[in-house]
Amino acid sequence: MFGTSLAIDNDILDIGSSKFDRGYGSRATGSGGICPPSLVLGEPGQFDVPNVADPAHFCRNNFASACGNSDRNQTVKFAKGTTTLAFKFNGGIIVSVDSRSTMGAYIASGTVKKVIEINPFLLGTMAGGAADCSFWERNLGMQCRMYELRNKKRITVAAASKLLANTMSSYRGYGLSMGTMITGWDETGPQLYYVDDDGTRLKGRYFSVGSGSTYAYGILDTYYRPDLTVEEAIDLGKRAIYHACHRDAMSGSINNLYHVTKDGWVKIHAIDVNDMHYEFLEEKNAMSQT
Amino acid sequence: MSYDRAITVFSPDGHLFQVEYAMEAVRRGSTAVGVRGKDCVVLAVERRALAKLQDPRTIRKIVSIDERSVLAFAGLTADARVLINKTRVEAQSYRLTCEDAPSVEYLARYIARTQQKYTQRGGVRPFGIATLLAGFSEEGKPVLYQTDPAGTHSEWKAQVIGGRNAKSLREFLEKNWEEGMEEEKAVRIGVQALLEVVDSGAKNMEICVVRTGGKKEIMKEEDVDAIVKDIEKEAEEGKSKTSSSDE
Repeated sequence: MFGTSLAIDNDILDIGSSKFDRGYGSRATGSGGICPPSLVLGEPGQFDVPNVADPAHFCRNNFASACGNSDRNQTVKFAKGTTTLAFKFNGGIIVSVDSRSTMGAYIASGTVKKVIEINPFLLGTMAGGAADCSFWERNLGMQCRMYELRNKKRITVAAASKLLANTMSSYRGYGLSMGTMITGWDETGPQLYYVDDDGTRLKGRYFSVGSGSTYAYGILDTYYRPDLTVEEAIDLGKRAIYHACHRDAMSGSINNLYHVTKDGWVKIHAIDVNDMHYEFLEEKNAMSQT
Repeated sequence: MSYDRAITVFSPDGHLFQVEYAMEAVRRGSTAVGVRGKDCVVLAVERRALAKLQDPRTIRKIVSIDERSVLAFAGLTADARVLINKTRVEAQSYRLTCEDAPSVEYLARYIARTQQKYTQRGGVRPFGIATLLAGFSEEGKPVLYQTDPAGTHSEWKAQVIGGRNAKSLREFLEKNWEEGMEEEKAVRIGVQALLEVVDSGAKNMEICVVRTGGKKEIMKEEDVDAIVKDIEKEAEEGKSKTSSSDE
């Protein structure tokens, strides 16, 4: 029951109680403390946490990685800063993201894949802690596959996003950082859900997540219509990311754009935002000349 | 050495005696018949004679698990209550997680899994019940599933559980079941099968028809009575015809 590593399962809630003391009593050192466990990696699906009295408190204080300055004092700053957006329209769903990863003022990478292909019909986006997003969405992919094998049919987007939201909910207070959009096409049509690290789950027609989301919303709110054609929708997704990357320092590099149809998702393009800048500049000049 | 003490011990020839004894407990229970029609499923259960002072409404052998699935069981009533409760909770949990109703197949699988769990742990005994789960699949077709104390589940076109004559009833069903039966015919087959074990007609039977969308209707006693009388009349006519042709 209590493994050699302090993994997150129901027993973690017993820490501090008399049941816990009794259970660990046999492994106690002479001073009454707990032996540090030997380095055993956790069971698949379980999470190793710091071997301290209150792991949640410890995680919150040392890994608080919400967007903004709360990790100012951390030695290791998490990779974050992003703009991701997704919107539903009559021709399906467009998912458009940037690919910059920043650690404080350092651009760690310009080629991050912020769209996670959970399965040929489900896409997830990444915003917040890159490791958290990537791990938990891959975990979600595993759960979706298990559902398919057990029930002989594909999981609905509602159920997939619910599974992820429940996982986030159970790790609430442990300092996870993830703001993702789960999107896909199932038997009820195109669906888009926003799922957050505190267990928020919202269904909607369009969302934008990340440090550059406010800029993207400006473009989306102005030009979004449900009856866009596919070309117009792709253009809108491209422009919204461009404007966010133009003004937000923590977004940039390459715009990856996907289109979700009833036959699954298709990657449309991967265009450098700088090239877009000159393309739009030409457009603006052409317009001001006429 | 007796191999039938503990559930977790196989006998030398591969039997799990406790599971087989649980199936015996099922045979001691009252009969339940399930018949699948073209667009309905009929569950017919034997209602053993009630004590005069007992309120019949508190003895329910046909229960709803979820909005769209109906269950009838044979065997130990108390075990059934526990298993039904677990299944109802699981159905709601599924609704909460997947935002959709669980399919009948999922529930049958869950019941079977639960029954199997109790055959592979120390200190517990198997559930002494077999169940018939009726409802409609996601494609809108009627389905009937059966589970047993060993923890297996399978889909059936018509099945009978419980009672001493289950074997002969199954033969009767095999002879008389047809693909694509209308509701009336399916009800009739169910009642006919049950009449072979039940003493005295409609009073001791409970018939439930499950229609599209999982709507269940427990037939009124008068209607069941009418069908029983009709069947008995037909049987009489058949007998008199053969006897008259003999002369």
